[in-house]
Amino acid sequence: MSGLGKLFRTTAFKLSLLYLIVFALFATFLLGYLAWNTRRLITVQITETIDAEMLGLSDQYRLAGLRRLVAIVDARSRRPGSSLYLVVTEAGDGLVGNIVPTDSSVLDSTGWKEIKYRRLDDPEGVAHRALARVVSLSGGYRLLVGRDLEERERLNQIIWAGARWSVAFVIVLGLAGGFFVTRRVLKRVDAMSDTAQTIMAGDLSGRLAVTGTGDELDRLAISFNSMLERIEALMHGLKEVSDNIAHDLKTPLTRMRNRCEAALRAGHGEAEQRAALEATIEESDRLIQTFNALLMIARAESGHARELMGEFDAAEIARDIGELYEPVAEDAGITLEVKTDATAQLKGSRELVSQAMANLVDNAIKYAVPGACSAGKEPPTITISAVESGDEVLLTVADNGPGIPAADRERAVERFVRLESSRTKPGSGLGLSLASAVAHLHGGTLRLEDNGPGLKATLALPRTQA
Amino acid sequence: MRILVIEDDRDAAEYLIKAFREVGHVADMAGDGEEGLALALDGDYDVLIVDRMLPKLDGLAVIAALRAKERTTPVLILSALGQVDDRVKGLRAGGDDYLPKPYAFSELLARVEVLARRRGGKGEETTYQVDDLVLDRLSHRVTRNGTEVVLQPREYRLLEYLMKHAGQVVTRTMLLENVWDYHFDPQTNVIDVHISRLRAKIDKGFERALLHTVRGAGYMIRDGK
Repeated sequence: MSGLGKLFRTTAFKLSLLYLIVFALFATFLLGYLAWNTRRLITVQITETIDAEMLGLSDQYRLAGLRRLVAIVDARSRRPGSSLYLVVTEAGDGLVGNIVPTDSSVLDSTGWKEIKYRRLDDPEGVAHRALARVVSLSGGYRLLVGRDLEERERLNQIIWAGARWSVAFVIVLGLAGGFFVTRRVLKRVDAMSDTAQTIMAGDLSGRLAVTGTGDELDRLAISFNSMLERIEALMHGLKEVSDNIAHDLKTPLTRMRNRCEAALRAGHGEAEQRAALEATIEESDRLIQTFNALLMIARAESGHARELMGEFDAAEIARDIGELYEPVAEDAGITLEVKTDATAQLKGSRELVSQAMANLVDNAIKYAVPGACSAGKEPPTITISAVESGDEVLLTVADNGPGIPAADRERAVERFVRLESSRTKPGSGLGLSLASAVAHLHGGTLRLEDNGPGLKATLALPRTQA
Repeated sequence: MRILVIEDDRDAAEYLIKAFREVGHVADMAGDGEEGLALALDGDYDVLIVDRMLPKLDGLAVIAALRAKERTTPVLILSALGQVDDRVKGLRAGGDDYLPKPYAFSELLARVEVLARRRGGKGEETTYQVDDLVLDRLSHRVTRNGTEVVLQPREYRLLEYLMKHAGQVVTRTMLLENVWDYHFDPQTNVIDVHISRLRAKIDKGFERALLHTVRGAGYMIRDGK
């Protein structure tokens, strides 16, 4: 594609062209209107002058007779100016005046007419155009009074010349402007498209240039950049997940395989083989659990569970989960408290939100166990709460265990990530990921905050609009 | 009990048939949806076990056809799709229970027995009694040997479910589904702790224990004699 052809095909250029045509038409119309009006005004002025003069002369003729009329016309004819006079007899012979019409028949009839004439004092000169009125006087005489039209024609010419120049100017300026704007836009679009090519080629870290002017291209670039960021994060997440799956699923599989192999080797009694089989089943159950959690997260992240959305009470979920875990917490020597508003309506999946809460409480119990509490003084307590706050419903599980260092909080939500401090604890490392995925599915977020001491995990979900 | 297994995976189906026969049930097998539907309409089965994805006729279509012919045989759906929405779809199509693959046979057996028993027509009774433990469903009162046992609301519902299925194995998942209405798997042994609290209230201090743990499967409440 040639550079110029590309330029002509751009939207910006087509738009400039359209505007150009509109403006040129408008300018033409404006000037045309102006010219027409001016011409009309001049013509009116001329006819009024002629009428007045005609009236004066006929009055003179009526009152004082031919001789007086001839004297006045003769005197006026000698004055310089653009007024034209001619008096003829019934036979058409000129009595007095300052012109000769090129076509003598104009005096045969009365009324308004445009004539061509030559001045008497310049009989061989160029014929001029004039607007004239002819009336017949008593006695068979005819009187012609006229005004030269040269002035009007000149004005007309000036206006038309102006019109031509200004339209030409508009077109040239418009084309140049359109060309310039289009080239600028094209350059930026080309830059964007180049960046997109590099990104498609595999370099996900590329970003579109933002000029900072805040124009529409900038806004587009900003949107694209956030999209790219999301894609990069997803790709990164995917890679990390596949790495982690390799590690976290292969390890138990290897363990299982080894145990089976060992059980098969000679020298083991039936009881031992049985124990090995039971351990294998237990291990595979854990694997299934991990798989289920992974599928659940994938489902929640892809927004598939939306069909399950209904209305439910978050306060009830908090109470139910509290009730479900209270005996376990008590057995572990932890006080579990539930503090909720009377009701906190939410739209979404009761099942998924319950599961997310169960995961958070599960985590809290795991880490808040006596002894794990670094502060050591306060008795371990977990508080579950559901409160409405502004546009959100906050479902919180707070413990006073060791918490998560601020630097690690973001990472803690990622799949399979088990912070160093928790490597020794049982668990798949998917609990917080699932809670976070559920929050996202509901258009909310999972917030991890310092509970001083301990961790405060909050599912902040948008409230149902009443 | 007569059970029909409609499952296209031959190994899985044969494993189920063998396992059911070992515990004393009669089990038949169908390899695709059409054969399964024909057998289900002909034979007098107590429970049908239907895989969701079947050749020729989809599992849910089999159930729909069966229900259209006004057969009320309880159906348990087996599916590799374990998500909540799939469960809802399966139950809406006319299934009575839903079990995601992979499953433990003990879980499947417990559910099949509960389904078959329900069909036996033991309607909703107003009192459940196991040995000297009595649960009055009208007054929500529980007594053991004439003495009132005070239970929390959830403990009451737990006991009610166990007594409704007295003599049958009830798994942890079944309890979670029916008493708490959760279909996910809490990682901690929350159910065990609730059971041991309940046990402390109804069995402690009595000579005969009624609430038993069935190893590798779940719990059962039965006569202590």
